[in-house]
Amino acid sequence: MSDVQATKEIDARGSFCPGPMMELIRVVRSSEVGDVVAVLSNDQGSRRDIPTWVEKAKHELVGIETLDGYDRIVVKKLH
Amino acid sequence: MADENRKLAMVVFGGTVDKLYPAAIMASGAVMNDMDVDIFITFWGMMPFRKGAPYQLQSVSKDHEEMGAAMMRAMQEKKVPSWYDTLQQAKEIGNVHVHACAMTADLFGLGQDDFEPIVDDIIGVGEFIDMAASATTTMYLG
Repeated sequence: MSDVQATKEIDARGSFCPGPMMELIRVVRSSEVGDVVAVLSNDQGSRRDIPTWVEKAKHELVGIETLDGYDRIVVKKLH
Repeated sequence: MADENRKLAMVVFGGTVDKLYPAAIMASGAVMNDMDVDIFITFWGMMPFRKGAPYQLQSVSKDHEEMGAAMMRAMQEKKVPSWYDTLQQAKEIGNVHVHACAMTADLFGLGQDDFEPIVDDIIGVGEFIDMAASATTTMYLG
């Protein structure tokens, strides 16, 4: 997973819910279709919210990995 | 494009920091869910939207007053964005409208120019209830 190359990486560590999620939405919107966006977050809400959002918004959840005290959530923009 | 079938209407009555955070966070949650948001700010909930007021607001609810200073300190230490920045971010990303209550505005002699630009308009309760009637979720934050 850590070898998944992201087009853009958002370091939202230290941000609180809903910060990482909102930042991700902003970046995904301004990205090109096919771009892969990784968000780093240590917020508990985002760990659940982001996958739910990705599914609803019909993008692709490439994966979630738990690293040293934070999550790296990787999303691919599909449309 | 927001999901036209789902909308959040929210009445914000309380005007302390701890009561405005939920308003900002609920609005963000609605934006995540692709819902439009109509916020009706009334009575004390309107005061922090006056020009220059959002960043000066320090007061917390009377019933948890003893925890106020500690809460504000923790927020500052952990660099939690202010309720106002959180709401502004929701508005930048989604379709969020802030409506000031005409009755309260008249009572305190406030016009559109007295508010921060985040406030879209001053409307009567009839108009807001009509918005709420077409919303799928309505919240009252007292």
